[in-house]
Amino acid sequence: MYRIRFHGRGGQGMKTASRILSNAFFLGGYEVQDAPRYGAERRGAPIFAYVRAAKQPINERGIINRPDLVIVADDSLVAIPAAGVLQGIGPQTVLMINSHEAARTWEERLNVPGQVLILPVTEEVEDRAELPFLGTTCAGAAARLIGIIPLEHLQQAIRDELAHLGTEIVEKNLQQAAEAYELAAEYAGKVIEGTEISAQDYAKPEWIDMPFEVASISAPTIHTGLTSELAATGTWRTMRPVIDYQLCNRCWWVCSEFCPDGAITVDDEGYPQIDLDQCKGCMICVAQCPPHAIEAVAESVAQLAEATEATEATEAVGDKS
Amino acid sequence: MTRQLLTGNGAAAWAARLAKVDYVPAFPITPQTEIIETLSAWFDNGEIPGRMTTLESEQSMITAAGAAAITGVRVFTATSSQGLLYGMEMLYTVAGWRAPFVMINVSRGLSAPLTLEPDHNDILAARDSGFLQIHCATCQEVLDSTLIAYRLAEHEKVRLPVIVNQDGFYLSFTREPVEIPDPALAARFVGQFDPENTQLRASAPTSQAVAVLGGSPYSYFRYELHLAAQQALDVYDEVAAEFAEQFGRDYSAIESYRIDDAEFAFVMMGCFATKAKEAVDRLRDIGWRIGLVRPRLLRPFPEQALHDALADKKAIAIIDQNISMGKGGVLHTEVASALYGAKAAPLLTSYIGGLGGRDISQEELFEIANQLKQAVEKGSAPPPRLLYTAGELREMRKLQAIAHVERQELKLGEESDNDQGEGND
Ligand code: SF4
Ligand code: SF4
Repeated sequence: MYRIRFHGRGGQGMKTASRILSNAFFLGGYEVQDAPRYGAERRGAPIFAYVRAAKQPINERGIINRPDLVIVADDSLVAIPAAGVLQGIGPQTVLMINSHEAARTWEERLNVPGQVLILPVTEEVEDRAELPFLGTTCAGAAARLIGIIPLEHLQQAIRDELAHLGTEIVEKNLQQAAEAYELAAEYAGKVIEGTEISAQDYAKPEWIDMPFEVASISAPTIHTGLTSELAATGTWRTMRPVIDYQLCNRCWWVCSEFCPDGAITVDDEGYPQIDLDQCKGCMICVAQCPPHAIEAVAESVAQLAEATEATEATEAVGDKS
Repeated sequence: MTRQLLTGNGAAAWAARLAKVDYVPAFPITPQTEIIETLSAWFDNGEIPGRMTTLESEQSMITAAGAAAITGVRVFTATSSQGLLYGMEMLYTVAGWRAPFVMINVSRGLSAPLTLEPDHNDILAARDSGFLQIHCATCQEVLDSTLIAYRLAEHEKVRLPVIVNQDGFYLSFTREPVEIPDPALAARFVGQFDPENTQLRASAPTSQAVAVLGGSPYSYFRYELHLAAQQALDVYDEVAAEFAEQFGRDYSAIESYRIDDAEFAFVMMGCFATKAKEAVDRLRDIGWRIGLVRPRLLRPFPEQALHDALADKKAIAIIDQNISMGKGGVLHTEVASALYGAKAAPLLTSYIGGLGGRDISQEELFEIANQLKQAVEKGSAPPPRLLYTAGELREMRKLQAIAHVERQELKLGEESDNDQGEGND
């Protein structure tokens, strides 16, 4: 079975890389499995994605512990233990890093048993982590390193996986992948299909008997600072409450009292003000306001109105100057 | 029919599409959201008819699902973890209504502490609700089981809601080759929903399942629900046999892998069981006679089938991806009940692992097999094992040390704040 891991940061296209590669294997008659692994889904967070491919049905699941190929799109991840880039690298493993530094430097620095290669690129850029179409580049290089994936299958896989992005983008990715495939030619077939662990001589798991520890030690009392205010849950809103201050009679601030998110404060003059960063758009205030002073406006409509207002304002400023 | 690459979530959405569902009440939760996103895109661009409504919570979502089902439309919904628990009150209620629909649960460990990764404590919390449960191990099985689930739910002898369970991440976000059945064949297999005498109408409001005072009428309804769930065993076998005949894929109530001549067996639920298949193959390579049994149905519980598959083994390892606090593995207890009283019953060993997505490695499965052999030699089973390694505890100690330092710093910070406060007085 081939076992491949792609490491990168959210936004660098590692999930796409894994999908393209597994699809290319699949087109060649392989059974495949691909999956991304991420914690918090956000740009820049370390993520990895993996591919398994074999001629027989695949029963293995989850994280790949003994990879045949590891591709690292962002060399700053190598030093982060939690990113797990070096996990399970053995003498058979090929480690391909997207880096400005030389393979020898990495070999000496990491002292890993496997072989280190640098992702070949057509032109050097200032920051390789910012290379365009990085995911496709990684998939193209991986396909060539594996050696048994023909270019047509790689290209067909890209068309399948990226079709939703439109032909122009697909074309650019095809070109990029073909170049990476070409540049990796000298390493073609370097990646060798891994073997299975033998049930005869395997590393015995170092099991322990779980120690009992009192709650003062074992309860998850891990405290972090308050974050709820930092998360702008206003982005969840589909409807926006808009107060008509002509109608608002500053009752006894029913709206503010009922808002489950504490998003309505009352200003010095006694008027309610809605914090749109925190208002989730539940419309409870709309339902509660006695003189019906709060209107529910579709968020898309409200945003459009804001944008128009803003342009009119700048134009107005432009007129004056 | 060609195969294509689909995630477990994609497979679930396809199943709803093929079953021609009329109504999908929805509420998002990781790692389930992709199912309703996929369906909502299809509803939106007119690829499928029907209606989706986002509700304000899972409690309302399950209420809407049950209520819609008893108006006579075919209902599909999906949830996970905290969402399933939030809807727990209504799980029991809509099952009590005898409202037939299908819900996917994407298993995810429960809070606290919070996690996104899978184990089966969420779905097992719903064990006694009256929902039937089908547990899947591959993306293909998610699709196929959902089609089977509609037949089971809507069968006149059963008429109960069904949960189809798949593991978060390991299936939900994992693509595998999946054969999507021909829509016409799938539609013919699932058939029309006959709501029989259920007739809730929004235009003519009526009360459903009014209060009964006195234990006797209450008991009648609860017993009948239980008996219907038991009927579902035979109905499941019939429907699965028909599915196998039409689509060539066999989904008996328990999956038995290389079990017939086996002396030893692993028993597991969910997709980690495929890892045990791999271990079975490797162990057989070196001469072991070992197999795997995986219950697909948890409710109704295929007691007889488990008994028949396991009673003549020497020793069995039950690996639970759940933990009943103060007792142990739920599946262990259930399998023990199925084997109790069997002549020369096998030794049962209990392992708990895979909580919150913790891996269960091949090496651990080999080691479990070795313990089975030792248990037979000694004539007694080892105590239940909570799978954990010295390396994991070392890492945990590091995290605890960091937490300790941070707590100290917080405390010091507070003290110095107080000092300054006093100085200013
Ligand atoms: S819509 Fe809801 S969250 Fe927003 S201000 Fe009104 S009550 Fe508060
Ligand atoms: S509830 Fe209505 S009237 Fe009262 S303060 Fe709020 S907006 Fe004004």
